[in-house]
Amino acid sequence: MEKVISVSLGEIVLKGLNRKYFEDKLIKQIRKAINDLGYEKIYKEQGKIYIEADDGVFPQITHRLRKVFGLVYISPCIKVEKDMEKIGEAAVELIKNKLAESSYRTFKVETNRSDKSFPIKSPDISRAIGGVILRNFNELKVDVHNPDIYLYVDIKQNAYIYIDRIKGYGGLPLGTNGKGLLLLSGGIDSPVAGFMMAKRGVEISCVHYHSYPFTSERAEEKVKDLAHILSRYMGEIKMYSVNILNIQKAINKNCPENQMTILSRRFMMRIAERIALENDYNALITGENLGQVASQTIYGLNATNRSVSLPVFRPLIGFDKVDIIEIAKDIETYETSIQPYEDCCTVFLPKHPVTKPKVEDIEESEKALDIELLIEDAIENMKIYTIS
Amino acid sequence: MIYLDNCATTKPRKEVIDAMVEALTNDFGNPSSLHRLGLLTEKKVKEAREIVANFLKIDSKELFFTSGGTESNNIAVQSIARKFSKKGKHIITTSIEHPSILNVYKYLEGEGYSVTYLDVDQSGYIDLEMLTNAIKEDTILVSIIHVNNEIGSLQDIKGIKDIINKSVSKPILHVDGIQSFGKVDFSLKDLDVDTYSFSGHKIYGPKGVGGLYINKRLKLNPIVFGGNQESGLRSGTENVPGIIGLGEAVRIMSKNFEAESKHAFELKKYMADGILKKIDDVKINTSLDNTSSPYILSVTFRRTRGEVLLHYLEEKDIYVSTSSACSSRGTTKSHVLRAINMCDDDIEGTIRFCFSYEITKEDIDYTIEQLKLAVDDIRSIMGR
Repeated sequence: MEKVISVSLGEIVLKGLNRKYFEDKLIKQIRKAINDLGYEKIYKEQGKIYIEADDGVFPQITHRLRKVFGLVYISPCIKVEKDMEKIGEAAVELIKNKLAESSYRTFKVETNRSDKSFPIKSPDISRAIGGVILRNFNELKVDVHNPDIYLYVDIKQNAYIYIDRIKGYGGLPLGTNGKGLLLLSGGIDSPVAGFMMAKRGVEISCVHYHSYPFTSERAEEKVKDLAHILSRYMGEIKMYSVNILNIQKAINKNCPENQMTILSRRFMMRIAERIALENDYNALITGENLGQVASQTIYGLNATNRSVSLPVFRPLIGFDKVDIIEIAKDIETYETSIQPYEDCCTVFLPKHPVTKPKVEDIEESEKALDIELLIEDAIENMKIYTIS
Repeated sequence: MIYLDNCATTKPRKEVIDAMVEALTNDFGNPSSLHRLGLLTEKKVKEAREIVANFLKIDSKELFFTSGGTESNNIAVQSIARKFSKKGKHIITTSIEHPSILNVYKYLEGEGYSVTYLDVDQSGYIDLEMLTNAIKEDTILVSIIHVNNEIGSLQDIKGIKDIINKSVSKPILHVDGIQSFGKVDFSLKDLDVDTYSFSGHKIYGPKGVGGLYINKRLKLNPIVFGGNQESGLRSGTENVPGIIGLGEAVRIMSKNFEAESKHAFELKKYMADGILKKIDDVKINTSLDNTSSPYILSVTFRRTRGEVLLHYLEEKDIYVSTSSACSSRGTTKSHVLRAINMCDDDIEGTIRFCFSYEITKEDIDYTIEQLKLAVDDIRSIMGR
């Protein structure tokens, strides 16, 4: 009995004529994710992707595949010829292993017959294999509504039998939806925002803003750590690190104190757009979340948004903080995000930030600044890192 | 580079590094081994022990090598507290101890010991009368930080010992000497302390090695068990290169002690004067006489942020330390500066300078020049 890993695809199957393009992209990502683990073969068979490898590395492969976007379920299965006796043997083997984990009482067999040339119909296969299981395991009963164990039988060119279905993140294969530039701070939200867009197939690069020496080098290091964690899902990440101290100083000196944050954010957006246009990124991505802080009111977002014309993706806009935290924990950025090093010095935080800024007022305040010179100066001194 | 963070750690002397490389290369034997190689390393460890014991003017049998200050403090406090717990469970310390004492006390508090934390005055000194009143019939241990690591205050150990001697319970006296070892002049035998801890990397020696003096009239039990190295008090194969490095550091230090302390003392006064002259609205937190360490100078630059100053200076290759870290979730503030009643704004603007034999007056001049630029810049931003 040969063991393989099956991967079921999510939305890709709806892609019609483009399906092959998405599948090939996905196989490329899978190959990249598990390359060093030594698999033997990756092949497609009637809607699913299969990986042949030594079953000793199955746990590692599964773990890595969970981080590949575009996969819905990952299952270690037994592959046999389309022969009822062999399918029965595989089912017994799987059930035996499952019962060694814990004591289960009920089961159900679910069959999916893609190969319609196979003479026995799905319900009959299920019934026959169920019978084999009942004969071999006295302690098990059938429960078709709420079983402890589902045993799946897929009839394709070969027959695949499996129990465990490990959930993947879904989404679309990386690189199938253009390139985006993520404004990555050291906080909880922005890494999650990057993850969400990557999950939709966007290739991610990051820009990070700091105000050294008003912030610590450790703050930049922390953001690099976050980018490193994200790179497990997105591959190599390019990170632009921009010092905006001079911009903050200029705002601090020439503009109303309560507009500090909004004005800084407009500069961040402009600089990001500049980097995006020069490097062919198609959109900006932020972790902004409606109402979370003073600068993220609907008025604040409007004022920030007006500074750029590229589309700005804000995948977290409607999330509650607890939900964002849950994802941050799941993708393992949370522990790093909550380290204390700040990327914005409290010196530059207004005591009473404006919550309903008017775009006209903000634009009026900016007249006191040499915007172009400040931006050019910041970009000229920017550092670029490649993180993987 | 102008390294003014010598209380955090020091740069090992070249001789120390050479001695350690030699030890790692050739003296790799285990002192417990019966063969010649073992004997050879055992002898080197013994030599280092003699050097340190001679410097402290103690018997080499009273000296135990450890992994450093934290371990020495832990062995002393935990072991003393356990040994005398039948006599009493009251232990005393100060509110300006290092975490390696404070957190052991907190742990013991959880184990049922009662603790008195002695307050200090605005300059960081305990009140001897308060200590007199604090010692009760069931007091078994008094632990005092000799030189405080943040403000440099040097406690009057002799006065403290006199009070202990006059008390009924005569508790054991442990002195945390991490910042006083090799930095201030004293004699363990004159002060008549019971235990004294020190560390190698504060005196241009290696990290990961230190020692504990235990007066021979006191027998302590180990807190870690194993192969009975260090007369059973501290099991674990000796850190031979570390011990040899420590020995070498102490050997040079004892030779240069007077000249180097005098140098540090002059730098400290020079720097304090310079800062007061060049920068306004500052406060010197460390006394400039012999009641504090010559190596430590704490200064508050009002209307600034210590951490921002620190990063400004680091850009100029000058390294200092602050007692608080900036965070939007509220600044974490030093318990020592709180204990001397410093207000929150002042704590945020406080910087510590710690000197070494390598620092020159020109270094200090340059540092003050850079400090002034940084302070002015920060104040122009914060002043709005």
